Formats: sequence, C-alpha cells, structure tokens
Amino acid sequence: MAYFLELLVNGALTGLMYSLAALGFVLIYKASGVPNLAQGAMVMAAAYVVWFFTSLGLSVWLAIPLGVATMFLFGLMTERVLLRRMVGQPVIMVVMLTLGMEIVLRGLVPGFLGAAPKPLDIGIGLAPVIIGDVFINREYLVGGVLALALIGGSMLFFRTRTGTKMRAVSDDHVASWAVGLSVERVIGLSWGIAGIAAVGAGTLWGAVQGVDWTLSGLLFPAVAVVILGGVDSITGVLVGGLLVGILGSVIPGYLDSYAGGSTRDVVTSLIILVTIVFRPYGIFGREDIERI
Amino acid sequence: MFYRLSGIHHTRYESARALWPVPADRWQVVALAVLALAAPLFVSNLYLGSYILPWLIWAAAALSLSLLMGLAGQLHFGFAAVMAIGAYSSIHLVRAGVPFELALLGAGVVSALIGTVFGAAALRVKGLYLVMATLAMQYLVDWVIINVPAISGGAQATLRTPAVSFLGLPISTLIERYYFALGWAVLITLFFMNVKRTSFGRALVAIRDKDFAAAVIGVDPFRYKLMAFLTSSFIGGVTGAVLAFCYYRAVTPEQFSFNVSIQLVAMVLVGGLGSAIGGYLGAGFVLLVPIFLTNFIAGLGESGWIYISQNLMAHLPLIFYGAMIIGFLLLEPLGLAKIYDNIRKALLVWPFRHSRS
Repeated sequence: MAYFLELLVNGALTGLMYSLAALGFVLIYKASGVPNLAQGAMVMAAAYVVWFFTSLGLSVWLAIPLGVATMFLFGLMTERVLLRRMVGQPVIMVVMLTLGMEIVLRGLVPGFLGAAPKPLDIGIGLAPVIIGDVFINREYLVGGVLALALIGGSMLFFRTRTGTKMRAVSDDHVASWAVGLSVERVIGLSWGIAGIAAVGAGTLWGAVQGVDWTLSGLLFPAVAVVILGGVDSITGVLVGGLLVGILGSVIPGYLDSYAGGSTRDVVTSLIILVTIVFRPYGIFGREDIERI
Repeated sequence: MFYRLSGIHHTRYESARALWPVPADRWQVVALAVLALAAPLFVSNLYLGSYILPWLIWAAAALSLSLLMGLAGQLHFGFAAVMAIGAYSSIHLVRAGVPFELALLGAGVVSALIGTVFGAAALRVKGLYLVMATLAMQYLVDWVIINVPAISGGAQATLRTPAVSFLGLPISTLIERYYFALGWAVLITLFFMNVKRTSFGRALVAIRDKDFAAAVIGVDPFRYKLMAFLTSSFIGGVTGAVLAFCYYRAVTPEQFSFNVSIQLVAMVLVGGLGSAIGGYLGAGFVLLVPIFLTNFIAGLGESGWIYISQNLMAHLPLIFYGAMIIGFLLLEPLGLAKIYDNIRKALLVWPFRHSRS
C-alpha cells in the first residue's frame, strides 16, 4: 500500500512537472493552431540559458529572471521570423518546421554550451520528505507545487485584459481582426509566454535530472499530456499531466520487473493512441466541427 | 536548349501519355541507367558501398513514404518502425528456412498488416492527430522489438543477416548487393511513376486534395486511405528488408529509431512531395549534405581559418540537418523536385523566356 501511495504521489508530482512542459504547447496551439513540436527543445534551451547565467557567477534568483527575458524574446523572434511565414500552409509544413527547429536547437545549444550534463542547483536539497510510510522525492515535491502555482497563475492570466484578447484570438482570428485586435501580436505573445513556461519547466527539470540535451525528450510526455487533456485547454493540461504522471509511474512500478524495463514510454504511447482512437479532442478539448 | 519541343507532335494518346514525352528526358533516363549499371566500374568500392548503395535504398524508402504523404496526403511519422518490422520479419523468415524471395514478400505482408492496423486506428483523425498516432506507433514498435528477445536477439544484441540468394544468384559481395538494391530502387520508381497514372493513384490524389469532394465523386475515402497505408507499408517493409540484407547486414533497433522516421519525412519534404525524382534528390540531400558541410567546416577549422571546438564539431551535422529542413520549408516548400522542374522548364524554351508557360 505504501509502495502504491509512493508511486501515486511521486507520479502526480512528476505529472505536474510534465504539465508545465506541456503548457507552452497548449498556449501556442490555442492562439494560433500551430502544434509546437519544438517545445521540448525550448525547455532544454531554457534550462541551458539559466545554467549559463549561473555559470557566469550570478545567483539562481537572478539567472531565472534573465532566462525568462531571454526565452520571451526568443519566443517572439521565432514567431516573427519563422512561424509567421507559415500562415495558411498545410499542417505538415508547420509540423516539419517546428521539428526542424527542434533539431537545430538540439544541435546548436549543446553544441555551443557543452553537451556534458550540468548540475543546476536551485537550493532544494536532496533529503526525501517522509509522510507516514511514504517517501516523497523532495525535488518532485517542490517542482510539483511550483508547477501547480505556475499553471494556476496562467489560468488567472486568462482573466486579465491581455488574456481575454488571447482567448478571443484563439476563438476566431477573423472576428478578432474585425474588432481591432492585433492577431499577430497576440500570437507572438503566446510564443513569448510559451518561452516563459519553458523556463519554468527547464529550471525544475534541470534541477531534478541535470541540464543536457535529454531534456528535449520531455516533448513526448508533454504531447501525451496535451492529447489526453485536449490540445486547447489549460484545465486539460493540469488533469492530463496528473493522469499521465500517475499512470506513467504506477504501471511501470508494477510491470517493469516483468517486462524488462522502460514501460513508461509504452504507457505514454498507449495513452496517446487510446485517446486518439476514442476521443481525439481529449478530455477537455473543444470538438472540432469541420465544414465542407 | 537540349529540350527542344519543336518537331514533337503527338498523334496518338499513348505517346502523349508516355512517362517521358520529351526525347531529351528519355536520353537522360538512358544515360542515368547506363551510369548506374556501370557504376561498379568507375566508382571505388568505398563510395559504392557507403554512399551510393544506401542512397538508392533510402530513395526507395522515401518513395514509399511519398506514396502515402505526397499522393494520399496522410502524414506518417513512424515509417522507420514499418521498415523495422520488414527488416526483422525478413531476417527471421530466412532463418526459419523460408527462401529469400518469399521472405521479402512475407516481410512486406507483415509490415503491411501491422502498418495498416495502426493506420486504421488513426484514420478517423487527420493532420496533427495522425502525426501523434503514428509517433506512438513508432515508440510501441521500438519497445516491442527491444524488449522481446526473440525478435531483437536480446536487448543489446545485433541480429546478423544470413547469406541469401535471389532467384539463384547469390547476394553477398558488394557488387551483387549493389545490383540488387539498384533493381529494387528501379522497380519502386517505375511503380511510383505509374501509380500516379492509374485510377488508384488518381483516387489517392483526390482524397489528398479534399476528402469530402472525393467522396462526392464516388471515391470511398476510408477504403482508399486504408489501401494507401497498405501499399506504402508493404513497399516500406520490403525496403526495410532490402536495407537490412544489402546495407546493414546486422540490424539493431537503433537503426530504425524515431530520428530515422523524421529523417525519412525530411527526405520526402526536401525532395518534394509526391515526386519520383524528388525521392532521389531528397534522400541524397538529407544523407549527404550534412556530412559534406561538416567535412568542409572541419577542413576550414584544420587550416586555421576558424576555431571550432570538438563539442561543436560533433553537433554540426544536426545543426545543418535541421537548418536544411527549415530553409527548404521557408524558401522552396515544394522541394528540390520543384527546383529541378523550374530549371527544366527554363531550358525547354531557352533562349525565348517570354514563351515560358
């Protein structure tokens, strides 16, 4: 029972951190309908940027705001230079463009900043938290709580004036244009905020498992989170993240010893497949009505 | 210039519908065929074995993916998994004593069946969801291959291909493997060029352009999408088997990983969706250009022009490869085939540019 609880709690906390990686994906998809497969690589780049600032001798609490600024600008630039030229192109072009970005980032960032894993210490400490019989990984605990706070913050953000604009743009581009919203600017902003979300995810994951290129592999669980929760729903990110985290922790916890390891990827793949077959728009996503 | 159209008058429908109505194109094809057949005479074994041979097989793979993506418009991000199924099933069939010819067919059938199962699951959805579903297929197939020792020969082990012969001719030396791969690539190219002219190919194109409209004119989208998955997975599976027997000769799961799937999609896109020559150009470009550019930069580094750290050097192919994908999407979304076509059209009317259609 304690083993199950331990898997459950740690899985839920990991899931929250997956949600944080998936948040950027949803923001961009919601605003512009672009599936950003480079989100994993952006998380990795953000972790590298924060590490780079700390390696200059700055404290972490200064490096994170600097990282936020850098990644925000990076998001804005990406939208302006690359994605805006893809408006109206078929989805395969957009998907391949973001994948191309993923590949370039995976080469460029470790290429210039070093491929060896780097520690990123944000002062959490290593001793596990013990509640009753349950061991909880302290890094996961802090990460999960912070992720929850950040996702909650982004939910609140959608109630502000800018957030309302973003919701309007995600509803209908032409109608937003008609009432005088700058659709381009809002979409650019969504990329910027995705960059900020990447800093959150990158810092937390970097602190947990070290900063190197494998962080870009977060794309796969993030995609599962997004598909399960619904590609255009922030609530979906939260619930989807919890579910993917828990299933991806509990099932391998019992099956890994029989199946020869790494069942987590299988669980993630199956979540994607089952969702797509039975409910393609996810738990909270809006069902697309396609007009002929 | 070379492509004079004057004097070419089609008096029969057959000649107007020919694969290459312009004589200059026919001469090009003949010249290419002669060059390809004579390649072992003037190309060193190193180049033949490590550049031309894989290029031909990857081009065949790109063409089979192009059938699905370019003609039928269905995205597939797990094509390496389809090829892996073909490679592993052919090896196991040959080991079980099945003749190589039948093993190739068997590999195609197994890949077609498994590929179509995933295709059918994904056919209710399109676009982004199809990408994700095929991506999940890639991970599942990878996991099954790695974790079932009966298939992979153990997690770390490589599976060596046994010696085989095709229709009585042994396939073991480099020259024999080269001709076998060449034959397969030519067969696929001819199939690909001709399928576009059949009712099947036209139905696929109709579905790609608008599936509702295709349904209205009597093309059942579900059935034809399924057939597209079936055909392309069959060819992909056999190509995987050819790749295993002619090039790798010892297969490991990493040779068919997710990155290889991306590479195949990149070949199709860089070459040009749904174009036969694009398959060859794209495969050559994606395989060779990052290597050449990296070697070039390495040469610059050695001669002291620029300083490049060892670490950056190792990441250069990845950077060039990604930059190439982005560059083509931004500058020429129709790929190298379109560039080729533009040049050909310009030469058709040269020097009378104004008469260009």
